[in-house]
Formats: sequence, structure tokens, C-alpha cells
Amino acid sequence: MSLIESKEKGLYCKQADVYIDPWKPVDKAIITHGHSDHSRKGHKAYACVHSSKAIIRHRLGPINVTSYAYGDSFTVNGVQFSFHPAGHIIGSAQIRVEYKGEVWVITGDYKLDDDGISEAYEQLQCHSFITESTFGLPVYNWPNQNEVYDDINNWWSENAEENKTSLLTAYSLGKAQRILHHLDVDIGPIYCHGAIANMNDALIEAGVKLPYYEKVTPELKPDDFKNALVLAPPAATGSAWMKRFKQVSIGVASGWMALRGARRRRGADRGFILSDHADWKGLNMAIKGTGAENIYPTHGYTSIFSKWLVAEGYNAQPIETAFIGESLEVETETP
Amino acid sequence: MKHFTDLFVALDQTTKTTVKVKALVRFFQQASDQDKVWVIALFSHRRPRRTVTTSLLREWAAEKANIPLWLFEETYHVVGDLAETIAKVIPNEDLKVDSNAVDLSGWIAYIMALKDEEEAIKKERILSAWDQLNMEERFLFNKLITGGFRVGVSQKLVTKALAKFTDKEENTIAHRLMGNWDPADISFEELILSESVSDDLSKPYPFYLAYALDGEPEDLGIPNDWVAEWKWDGIRGQLIRRKGEVFLWSRGEELVTDKYPEFDYLSSIDCPDFVIDGEILGYQDDMPLPFQQLQKRIGRKKVSKKTLADIPVVLMAYDLLEYNGEDIRTKSYEERRLLLKGLLPEFIFPDTKVILSQQQDFKSWDELAKLREESRERRTEGFMLKKKNSDYKTGRKRGDWWKWKIDPMTVDAVMIYAMRGHGRRANLYTDFTFAVWKGEELVSFAKAYSGLTDDEFREVSQFVKKNTIDRFGPVRAVKPELVFELAFEGINESSRHKSGIALRFPRIKRWRKDKKAKEADTLVYLQNLLQQ
Ligand SMILES: [Zn+2]
Ligand SMILES: [Zn+2]
Repeated sequence: MSLIESKEKGLYCKQADVYIDPWKPVDKAIITHGHSDHSRKGHKAYACVHSSKAIIRHRLGPINVTSYAYGDSFTVNGVQFSFHPAGHIIGSAQIRVEYKGEVWVITGDYKLDDDGISEAYEQLQCHSFITESTFGLPVYNWPNQNEVYDDINNWWSENAEENKTSLLTAYSLGKAQRILHHLDVDIGPIYCHGAIANMNDALIEAGVKLPYYEKVTPELKPDDFKNALVLAPPAATGSAWMKRFKQVSIGVASGWMALRGARRRRGADRGFILSDHADWKGLNMAIKGTGAENIYPTHGYTSIFSKWLVAEGYNAQPIETAFIGESLEVETETP
Repeated sequence: MKHFTDLFVALDQTTKTTVKVKALVRFFQQASDQDKVWVIALFSHRRPRRTVTTSLLREWAAEKANIPLWLFEETYHVVGDLAETIAKVIPNEDLKVDSNAVDLSGWIAYIMALKDEEEAIKKERILSAWDQLNMEERFLFNKLITGGFRVGVSQKLVTKALAKFTDKEENTIAHRLMGNWDPADISFEELILSESVSDDLSKPYPFYLAYALDGEPEDLGIPNDWVAEWKWDGIRGQLIRRKGEVFLWSRGEELVTDKYPEFDYLSSIDCPDFVIDGEILGYQDDMPLPFQQLQKRIGRKKVSKKTLADIPVVLMAYDLLEYNGEDIRTKSYEERRLLLKGLLPEFIFPDTKVILSQQQDFKSWDELAKLREESRERRTEGFMLKKKNSDYKTGRKRGDWWKWKIDPMTVDAVMIYAMRGHGRRANLYTDFTFAVWKGEELVSFAKAYSGLTDDEFREVSQFVKKNTIDRFGPVRAVKPELVFELAFEGINESSRHKSGIALRFPRIKRWRKDKKAKEADTLVYLQNLLQQ
């Protein structure tokens, strides 16, 4: 029996009776990061890193949560658990699990590039590596992120010149703050959709620094937005909320924008390839860096990616998550 | 290649027609004349002859990307576009060469020059091109080989931009772009600018297309100003005889002369030259054949004797556009019909293949409405209402011509999602989601899963498997290419659907193989039905 198993409720360590990112209520849950597909409600006790605590509380309300610094460890029935930066969003962690010299690492979501706002990815060594593979296809190769920020700022300033609102959709937790951090505040005012503004408040409280922005409120008139950049979650574009903007160009910031078809189906004017997940090259580099023999991809193109890893000489086998591939929303909302 | 890449990026980044036209005009101002001709060609479904097979391209791309072929194929399956897959699996390295030294026509010449080369040379040249181009350019280069630039630019849009750029009438430009011309050996001057009328004998006129009547016929005014013509259920076609040569065009701007040898005899009879607008129709024993019969002939290049005997075809003549070498589209419909009538008896052979489409006399709209109930028995789709004094316009225009179709209501829609069936059809894709155009965007509005034969389902399933662009659990998003006519009993407003409408009892009436996705109906069309 292996140290970590994939059970009905999620990834499970039997020796310690602890789950990692479980999707059904359990007694003890270690949480990699604050995205809703990883931190779910209903567990009796939560463990995460300090900077994730505010996020999880903001999302789940009053819960019983113990937080740790990156690098800190605790031991349960002989199993040592520790948190290490995953570079995915603020407070995202890889979970290292060690028992009698055997080491497993569960990545949660991760990226290798330092985005300037999340704690940068740490390359760990292990025997078995449970890795996400959301973008595990060789067509997903991210452009240099600084070029993407430039593209976003240029798009915004071109729109601003024509008195057009730039509406950029990005996931409320992580992507939105990453973009905020790199916007050129001299171009015009910045507004955030309520969902993003509330998330920002929680993060600011936890000590994160963000540039000045305003919240989109009902009193604001279309003219207030005319040269503004507005950040909104993807779901907002299809709603009545959009009616407040007159002349608007819609941009989408997401790794999925790497494919033309995805952008066109989204009806976006502009797609910016910006992801908080590792690209093809990143996944392969991280895997190689662990020195692990056993690789378990989860999320995304797991079976294709596993087959590729087997061809590369690894023991690889996909772990199917319970919730992917169910609805059309998956693509839009994969955090 | 810079101007072309810029153009493509600009077109690809907007869904707005005005912005697209602007980008095209800018391109026409900046690019060389030969690049202009190629852009016109590429956006009107003409591309350089293929000199490299796609299977070789896949092999070389996998090799270049350092991945096994099966992984390339799986990836292609997800991406859904070969040119894009190749462009993106190849790692972006620093370019050693300035790719702008070569322009669009230069790269096309480069590709065409591969025609008679050995495989090893082809490979070397293609790999070298990939090395010289950045990702966006690589994609365009691949597209030049594989074809299919889908950036929401229709020939109509190109026409509009050219008219703006050259300060000519859109109609003039539209006519010039029709027919057979080869971008490899025509200059911009010859194609667009020269004053003399091109002597390309086969060149058809743009069709005048009607909208569906969106009110009551009474609103059109007094019946005496109007003519009712049966609307036949075939394929719209243009039959041309110039200097004794005969050409037949279908509405999709396809030269189909070879598929319908029935009309060959027209070259040898003694009559004035003409261009007739009509309906290509399966026809036997003085009755039209069902459309499904005709469909068997549409897909084939050459027809067998047996098919010719089983599914004979006629041209139901509606209108006359050119008479004795003279463009008469600006004459009134009545005058044109008179000339057409005078022309047709010339064809009287024991077995004529060009039949004057009947007009229906009527004193009141009520009387016509009653006659319309016979549409089904007559194997027609209802009436075309045409104003007696109308000229022959270009493209789809409101006002003078209307389609007055019989119920059920129908809509031509594009299939965008497919799901497997159940039971007997579990191995086939039988549940489809359909979309109509909202500007340059497709919005889904209905699901339907009945109405095709098993053979057709099999054919569609093949398409689905080959053209999946995304998967969501059991649902596959497919390339928006196939057009189906859906019939339905009613239409209601609905806040549940993104389109804002819901259909009652939608079902597939038939597969419109003769239509391209761009020719499917619009959301506005459905909203107008709602109003009734
Ligand atoms: Zn995730
Ligand atoms: Zn995440």
C-alpha cells in the first residue's frame, strides 16, 4: 500500500489519517491553496500556510484552521508534513510528505515563473510526485510574461485613446491580483468587480500590497469608465452587470487563450495568454527536477500526459479527479 | 510577411465588421500589388495548389518538436487546426533571419516551387521556413499550405474594403471577383483596376438573395405591384452561355458544369447568349424530385449514367441577367421576365432542360395565401414575392424580393456541439447543439437529435471525430462547419438560453451540404420570427 492513495474523498494518507485537498467533508484536511476546487467546506480541521488562511476564511467563513510558515513541518503518527511554495497564487503550497525515508510531493496547482506577487516555486526532490497537468500538451507554451503585461497595457491605452472601456476578465483569486500588480497606473483609472474587490480586501488584510483601484458600484456612470480598465471574473461578461459599460472591448487573460478556438468561442475581442499553471515545458522541467520515479498527473490531459511520461521512462499513471469534465463551465473557471 | 501578419492579427482580434474593413483597407494601402491579389484570393477560398501532403507536415512537425507522432496527433485532435498545432508545438527560438525580407507572395512562391521537388528537399525547405518564422508567421505559413483562413472575413467584406480602397462600386468589385481567376497569374491591375470588362466568359453575377417575409403580405401593398413565383426546393444556380460556351454555377460560387451534363446541349443550339438565374432541381414526370434525391448528385464530381437516369435535373428559370451579351440587371423584373420568356422557346427540344418557373396569378393576398397551402403537394417551399418593377440586386437585400415560406418554420443553423446517442446509436454522434450568427459570433439556440438517416449520422459522426476542437465530458465542441436546416413548430422568448429564444419541437429537416457555415441564418432572423 502506498503512502498516498487516491480515495473517494480525495488524496489520502492512511498512516496519518489525513487528506490533501479533499472534495468531501473529512476530519483532517491539508489545503494546498485557496481556489474553490482545492479548499472545500465541511472539514473539521484545516491546515494551510499563513498567507492562505485569510483567503480560506474569506471564502469559507469561520473554520478551524491551523496555519504554518513555508518550510515548517508537523508530524502525525510518524508522518512528517511540510509546506513549500508552489508559485501558483498567493499562499499556494506544495505538500511534502515523508515517512520512514520515503518522500511524496503533492503539488496542488503550480507554475515555475515568478509572477512577482505569489511566493516563488520551490523545486523539491521526492520519490513520488503528484503533479497537476492542466496544460499538459505540447502546444501550451507560455510567452514571456512581461511581454503579456505590455500587451495588456498597450491594449488598454489604445482603448483609452478611443474613450473605450477595457474590460479584462481574470479569475478573482490570483490572476486578478497578478494583473493589478503589473498594470500601468498612468494610463487611466482601474476598477474591480465586487467579487474581486472583496477578495482584494481579504488579501490586503493579510499583508499583500496592491495598487490603488476603485470598486465598481451602482452609482458609477458609463462615462466614469470611459478610459478605465475594469477587472472582472469570467462569469460577469454574460450578465446584466455588463450593461453599465457603453463602448467596451473585452479581453480575457487565461492560459486557454493560447488556442485560437478557445478565444473565439469565448467571444473575446482580445485574448492574453497568462496562466498561473505550468506550461508544457514547465511541467516537464518540474518533473525532471524532482528526480522522482513515480509520477501521478492530475487535472487536465492526464492520460495523454501520463502516456508521454511513460515514453520518457517514468512510472506514470493518471489520477482522475472527481469533478473535472462535467460541465461547459470547467474551461472558463479552471482556477 | 509583416503586412500580412499584421492584417491577420488585426482581423483575428476583432469581431466588428467596421474594424475588419479598416484593417483590410490599411493592408491594401501598404502591401505590394501581388500581395493584394493573394489576400483577395485567400479570403475568397482560393489558395496555392498543395505541394506538401499534410501527413508529411505532421511527421516533420513532430520530429522538429521532439515529440512522438502519436502525441502530435492527440494534440492536433485537441487543437482542431493543423496549421496552429504545428506552429505551436515547435519551440520558439531566437530568429536568425529577418522574415520580413520575404513578403506574402514570396512565401507563396516558395511553397509553390516545392511542387516537383523530392521529399527530402521539401522537408529541408519546410523546416528551414519554420526556423525563419515566429509563431504567428509560422501559423500563417502553414495555413498557406493547408488552407482555410477562418478569421470571419467573407468575400463580401473584402469587396467592401476594395471598393473603399479603389473608390469603385461594390457591385463592380463583386462581379470582378467572381468566376475563375488564378492569383498566380493575374495582376491587381487586371483583376480590379483595369477599365475594360474582363473577357472571362464563365464569370457569373452575384446572386440577389431575399429575406424571409417578416410581416403580413398585406403590408407589401397592392397585389398588382407584385408577382408570386413558386419557391423550388433545389439549389440556386446560374446558367451561362457566352460565345456558345456553357457554364453552370451554384450559389456557393462553385462551377458545377461538369456535374450536370444535362445542359451541355445548350452550346450547340441556335439562340442568343444569356445568363439565367434559376433553381437546379431534380425533376421527373413533370414533378420536382425531393431535395434528398438531388443531394445525391451534389457531392459527386462526375455522374454515372445510372444517376443521370434516376435523378434527372432541370433548371427552373427565374430570371434573366444578361441577354445577348448585355447586362440587363437594371431593367425591371417584368421586362427581364419578358425577355426570358422570349428566349426559352428557343430551347424547345423534345426534352428541354430549362423550364420557365411558373408565376401565380392572384387578385388578393388572401387568394395567394390559399394557394400557398398547395406548396407541399407541388413540392415547393412556398412563394417568392417579387416586385414587378424591381431591378436585380447584389447579395441579400430587403424590400423588393421576399421569401414567403410555408410552415413549419425553418432555420439554417451551424452544428457546434455533438454528443453520443443511446442504445442502437450509442456509437454514433446523434445529439447536436446548433447555433446561428450574431454578428461574427455563433450563439447556440437549439438542440436536436432526429431527422437524419443512419448513413447521414455515420457521416456526421466521422466529421465530429475528425473535427473535435474541445471536449467537455461527453460533449464535443466541433469545428463550426456543417449546416443543417432545422424545422420547428414555434418560437418563444427564453431567459434560460443565451440566445434569448427557445424553439418548440426542433428537429433536423435536412443536411445543407450546399451551404457554408457563413451562410447560416442569424439571430436577428429568429428574433424577427418571434415578433410574428
Ligand atoms: Zn486546481
Ligand atoms: Zn488553483
